[in-house]
Amino acid sequence: MAELTPAPAGGGSAAAGTTTVDAPGRSAGLGARIHNTLHDKATLGPAIVLLIALVGFSVFTDRFLAANNLSLVLQQVMVVGTLGIAQTLIILTAGIDLSVGAIMVLSSIVMAKLSADSGVPGVLALLIGFGVGTLCGLINGILVSRVRLPPFIVTLGTLNIFIALNLYYSQSETIRGTDMSDVLLYTGNTFAIGDTRVAYGVLLMLGLFALVAYALRATAWGRHVYATGDDREAARLAGVQTTRVLLSVYTVAGLLCAVAGWILIGRIASASPQAGGSANLDSITAVVIGGTSLFGGRGLVIGTLFGALIVGVLRNGLALAGVDVLWQDFAVGFLVLTAVAIDQWIRKVKT
Amino acid sequence: MSAAAPQAPTVTPILEAKGLVKRFGNVTALDGADFELMPGEILGVIGDNGAGKSSLIKCLSGAQVPDEGTVRMNGEDVVIRTPLEARALGIETVYQTLAVSPALDIADNLYLGREIRKPGFQGKVLRRLDKKAMRAEAKHQMSDLGIMTIQKIEQQVESLSGGQRQGVAVARAAAFGSKVIILDEPTAALGVKESGKVLDLIQKVRQNGLPVILISHNMPHVFEVADRIHIQRLGRRATVVDPKERTPNEVVAIMTGAAPAT
Repeated sequence: MAELTPAPAGGGSAAAGTTTVDAPGRSAGLGARIHNTLHDKATLGPAIVLLIALVGFSVFTDRFLAANNLSLVLQQVMVVGTLGIAQTLIILTAGIDLSVGAIMVLSSIVMAKLSADSGVPGVLALLIGFGVGTLCGLINGILVSRVRLPPFIVTLGTLNIFIALNLYYSQSETIRGTDMSDVLLYTGNTFAIGDTRVAYGVLLMLGLFALVAYALRATAWGRHVYATGDDREAARLAGVQTTRVLLSVYTVAGLLCAVAGWILIGRIASASPQAGGSANLDSITAVVIGGTSLFGGRGLVIGTLFGALIVGVLRNGLALAGVDVLWQDFAVGFLVLTAVAIDQWIRKVKT
Repeated sequence: MSAAAPQAPTVTPILEAKGLVKRFGNVTALDGADFELMPGEILGVIGDNGAGKSSLIKCLSGAQVPDEGTVRMNGEDVVIRTPLEARALGIETVYQTLAVSPALDIADNLYLGREIRKPGFQGKVLRRLDKKAMRAEAKHQMSDLGIMTIQKIEQQVESLSGGQRQGVAVARAAAFGSKVIILDEPTAALGVKESGKVLDLIQKVRQNGLPVILISHNMPHVFEVADRIHIQRLGRRATVVDPKERTPNEVVAIMTGAAPAT
């Protein structure tokens, strides 16, 4: 077993072995040290970027730090952030879900329409909406894990199916918030902390981040999600029931999308079949900027929160600074490319 | 039955297979292969590429299901359809390339698929893992086998060298295998020194009373540790030989068909 020399101080992952292909001078250089640190703490990069953005906009615009502006940023982020949790789970298994936005909108329409048109009590309508999202996720999960179709294709297909069902059921009509139960609008309500108003949807999002972070870190299921995404066959041979893990991940993601649908209703105070058109890509953007690897098995859900906040802060701050919207898109695109490039670099592990 | 087997045939083999057949479309990987593993031995399994070594082992470890044939453990018929079922029977396998999940740490890898949960509310309701116990136990296992001078049990496996990774995989098998340990080409990717350590490890595992199946291309390694050598040829068992009675050249001749299997 090699000489098993103790790992160099600092990065615990500094290769302990003495295999022949080790990069020369890795133990010394600054670049290598950064590499090791980032490899160990994948969310460090996003955290720093977020910090820089916060500080930068505080300095350059005087309105950014205002309590009600920060509250607005959080509200703008709560939908994509929640979707991002679902997307993170799926990307951790080396998959991708193009249908998260469609599941979200379909669930929100079901909730709203049941409440507004069919007179179903608010709580029940909400639960049925959650059920619809869960079912959508289950369908994705069965196709990916049992039929073994590529996630990209599966969710591309279901994306269109869910959108069609959504337009059929909603008759392409928006449901006004005033017509539906207050329960469905609850996520948009706010409460005061000092002179800041925080939406309950934001609390819900943060709670879900904490819950999923716990599940991924501290339960066997979480370890299995990582192992499956890392190397499905190795995980299977090690005794992980990978099919079941994948199925559960897509199903849970479906439920999370439905919760995002509830938050969406609160956010826009209505349920619109046309809402959330960019939500799919925005959720992937948040995950990627948050340092989760598209190749699976690497990343933290908390990174996605940073990713979503970075995008939210960037758009808000640039808007306050009077920068044209197109440059906001430019900046987000630039960030995505940077994040993926850094991920590629980090993944170059010495073996 | 192989006459050359040193063990008396009156001992019940711990793991036994008869007439295994495995086809992949037109290719017949196993063509009525027999197999026997005696208690407490290291059985080397060798064979040319395509002789059916891997298929044979996969049928025993649950990675593949044979089309025909029977498998017995301690004289009783068993059916092994998945790696989990093999594991439940006490058969642990270390695969050549798929040994570990690189992004997880050593303890997570050791306990993958059989994690320890915290006692009481935290474990039962919150399903919280007992990382402390897992790490302590993992450390114990690793040092028990003399593998560990690794400082941090919580370091990611991908930061380990090839030999260390193999060590983690062997430790996992040794820690949980109650009946049989199967090692598929454990030294193939390793240097001389690392190979030596793995071979030591294999002997240590046997000293602990566990029989080991060692699949290898490396003739010197097989001759160094094996008590008997199963020679696989053309999808069947050609013969079983005693490494003390044969030279590597003779064995290679049988393996390639240059000499009759006697």
